[in-house]
Amino acid sequence: MARQARQWRVGVAGIAGAAVIGLTLSACGGTKVGDSSSDAGGSAGSDKCDTFNLAVNPWVGYEANAAVLAHVAEKDLGCKVTKKDLKEEIAWQGFGTGEVDAVVENWGHDDLKKKYITDQKTAVDAGATGNEGLIGWYVPPWLAEAHPDILDWNNLNKYAAKFKTSESGGKGQLLDGDPSFVTNDEALVKNLKLDYKVVYAGSETALIQAFRKAEKNKEWVIGYFYEPQWFMSEVPLKKIKLPEYKAGCDADAEKVACDYPVYKLDKIVSKKFAESGSPAYDLVKNFTWTNDDQNVVAKYIAVDKMTPEAAAEKWVAANRDKVDAWIK
Amino acid sequence: MTVAVEKPETPQKTQEPAPPATRVRRVSRRTMVAAILVAWLVLFALLRGKQTLTLAAADLTDLHRWFNDLNDSIGANRNSNPLFLYFFNEIRLVIDNLVTFVQELISQPSGDRPVPQIGWLGVVGITGYVSWAVGNWRVALLAVAGFTFLGLQGLWQESMDTLALTLSAVFVALLFAIPLGVWAGLNDRFNRIVTPFLDFMQTMPTFVYLAPMTLFFLIGPASATIATVIYAAPPAIRITAHAIRSVPETTVEAADSMGATQRQALLKVLLPMSKRTVVMGVNQSIMAALAMVTITALIDAPGLGKTVLQALQSLDVGTAFNAGLAIVVLAIVLDRVTTAASTREEAARKSSGRFLAWRRPLLGAGAAVTAVLVYMSHTYLWAAEFPGEGTTGSKIASAADTATTWAQDNLSGLTNAFRDAITNGLLNPFQSLLTDSPWWLVGAALIGLGVVLGGPRAAITTVVCVGLLVGTGVWSDAMTTLASTAVATVLVMLLGIVFGVWMGRSPLVDRLMRPTLDAAQVMPPFVYLVPFLALFGATRFTAIVAAIVYAAPVATKIIADGVRNVPATTVEAATSAGCNTWQIITKVQLPMARGALTLATNQGLIYVLSMVVVGGLVGAGALGYDVVAGFSQGQLYGKGLAAGLAIVLLGVMFDRITQAAARRTSA
Repeated sequence: MARQARQWRVGVAGIAGAAVIGLTLSACGGTKVGDSSSDAGGSAGSDKCDTFNLAVNPWVGYEANAAVLAHVAEKDLGCKVTKKDLKEEIAWQGFGTGEVDAVVENWGHDDLKKKYITDQKTAVDAGATGNEGLIGWYVPPWLAEAHPDILDWNNLNKYAAKFKTSESGGKGQLLDGDPSFVTNDEALVKNLKLDYKVVYAGSETALIQAFRKAEKNKEWVIGYFYEPQWFMSEVPLKKIKLPEYKAGCDADAEKVACDYPVYKLDKIVSKKFAESGSPAYDLVKNFTWTNDDQNVVAKYIAVDKMTPEAAAEKWVAANRDKVDAWIK
Repeated sequence: MTVAVEKPETPQKTQEPAPPATRVRRVSRRTMVAAILVAWLVLFALLRGKQTLTLAAADLTDLHRWFNDLNDSIGANRNSNPLFLYFFNEIRLVIDNLVTFVQELISQPSGDRPVPQIGWLGVVGITGYVSWAVGNWRVALLAVAGFTFLGLQGLWQESMDTLALTLSAVFVALLFAIPLGVWAGLNDRFNRIVTPFLDFMQTMPTFVYLAPMTLFFLIGPASATIATVIYAAPPAIRITAHAIRSVPETTVEAADSMGATQRQALLKVLLPMSKRTVVMGVNQSIMAALAMVTITALIDAPGLGKTVLQALQSLDVGTAFNAGLAIVVLAIVLDRVTTAASTREEAARKSSGRFLAWRRPLLGAGAAVTAVLVYMSHTYLWAAEFPGEGTTGSKIASAADTATTWAQDNLSGLTNAFRDAITNGLLNPFQSLLTDSPWWLVGAALIGLGVVLGGPRAAITTVVCVGLLVGTGVWSDAMTTLASTAVATVLVMLLGIVFGVWMGRSPLVDRLMRPTLDAAQVMPPFVYLVPFLALFGATRFTAIVAAIVYAAPVATKIIADGVRNVPATTVEAATSAGCNTWQIITKVQLPMARGALTLATNQGLIYVLSMVVVGGLVGAGALGYDVVAGFSQGQLYGKGLAAGLAIVLLGVMFDRITQAAARRTSA
């Protein structure tokens, strides 16, 4: 016991000493936490805007949409924006639990629309983003230049042997990407009687790396890709013409033998958010821009390695008129 | 089947009249394995392509659909179900509060403050003080240097978020793990019951339960913490149980004879005596938690994992490497501090008494200094926010970029040749043997190997696993994965033997290589995916290489340990008998380290299996892709779950066979 008491005495003396030192230091310590409160609350938000929970799906194009929306919501509307990095499926799940207010670049996903908008009624459509999504098969530019006829699907079998890899089991390799992408490729290969095998790279990263390398070393690669995409500004891939899309030709997933439709990318918000009267909802609803707009911001982020915030700030400063139309 | 197995055994026995008993068994076992393989090859040639149970990427079985429906109905009813209202929501609330509390303490702005309660100076001070108090001044110095480095990397806040999440998860994990571990240590029956669950928790790919996790516990730190707890608790439970069981029986008996009650025996004898090992369990738990950092970032867990994933989207290797390095630094600091803590008492006992007299006042003074640092970091901006722009970080990033670009430009031709050689020479034939044979033939062969190598009990496990694998509906994918896994394990063992023997024979090599091995184990695989993709393309081989990077260090360390444990007198005897180095290694050291080799194979395989999902991201397809797809697409959820189960089944099957084999060879 005595020993313990001594230990305590030492401790108390130490802390007392510390307090003295602390107080002395505070006289010459520099800026204190909370001193610079002047810059807080200085933004223009007259409407009251609470927290805005914005899902960020994992591709750079989406990140561009999210960055610009977050920037405008914060600076012009005075919202507190919470970005949440989530895959699509999980982001949509968040509508029901109130964890996610908006998904701002949706590619088709009719299954999710049925589940969350029609059945569970936790989400609503908030209109198009103005971006047009192209999905299809692409080849690196050098290949399109060297063999222009490859851009027509009818000639694909002619070149199948060139696309052989260690993974394709003697056929040509058609490289597919992330499993969350919308794809009919296996059915297409079968129904168009192509001598190819779909090989799943498993991630967008793998797909981009394959195309980047193919262009650099003049390798034969054909694969699934999409626009708008920042990578197009680095390597402008060429799209292959598949049998033309007609409404309903992709109704039966097993029998698809036509190109992908042009996707009108849209925004989905939670029902709660849509009814909240938040100015952030009006912003999301009014937000539209072009593929070029998105590519510029995506390039700032992915190629110029700016932070999403800085990229958004730069674009907004240069496109004030467009932004004003969203928040008028 | 049985005829083919028994045939070669009988002549063996008649030809050799009186050899030592063990020798007969070993030779005959080897012949039986060969016989099984020959029979398999013959039947494969006859029956190729029949009854292979293939399933296309988008096809589902009834089981998969049932999983889907279950998942959907949980999602649809979560706001009305009492189980959610009174159970899951409560758990979530408690965990969420805990994490938020730790975050506001060290990483996130709290209340009106733009900065956390304790700034960088305070955190560094506390880290140094605690490391010194529980360990020694050397690890304290390492800890302070390590944490300062995190700030210099420009990743202070991210690192603190990761630390906050790791500490919360480990705290919760230990809350359950230590009592359960003590129970499992005292009670053999409970131990037997709990072991399969622990296997399941450790081998089930996290991707599989990440999506349901957000269903049960919503998006954010709470879900991330619980996912981490599931992965981090098993090692602590196992090691605690092991610690309790290793307390010498005589000591326990002595306590009993002194009239100690069970409770007293536990509190005064068992727990204090096993304290050292339990701390190692804490260490393993921390390491497991750090391995989850990048994965939980997929459900919006804050911290370094996010930086890694975001960098990956634009293939920014440098930034990903910088963040990965921060994870490695955190891991090394926490590892060394906990290891020092586990040996502190012993070290202190050995050191002189005079130092002990000084220890208390020094501890008091240290506490005072730490309190001042905490106070300043709470009050002043310069001590709260890490000063500087983190230029070290951008330098590291650009160096990593340069290095990978160089490797990609200069090694690509070489690596492609190597890849094709391995793929065509080893992987493809093996894979077609596994996937193109009828399922029952592969099953029978696996069971046969289980009997021969592991004995009857391992065989029963194999029968059950094969049956369940067929039931999952992803048999063909499982066989593809099995082929890559086996090839990766073979390569892991080759590397493990070469470097393990080298390390085991030379302490200098050991000291030089160990940090590299540690880093390879802790560096998130997502960081090196991009350079590997550039070198080897989106192929199964890339996945194999990634698995090797993760698994080879473990195998190497175990083999090095085994070689080092060969008695020096034996090696000396062999040297004096005129053996050269090669002979000593092949005839003395490796045979005597056979137990370590089997353990290394076991661990190598389990580690390779845990990389299957990462392999799915770089072109390995099969089970890994199924799991990732299940995480990404609602209608494939059930299939992903089934694929996850298949990975667990493969893991359990091989673990049981190799462990039984190890017991038989060492017996």
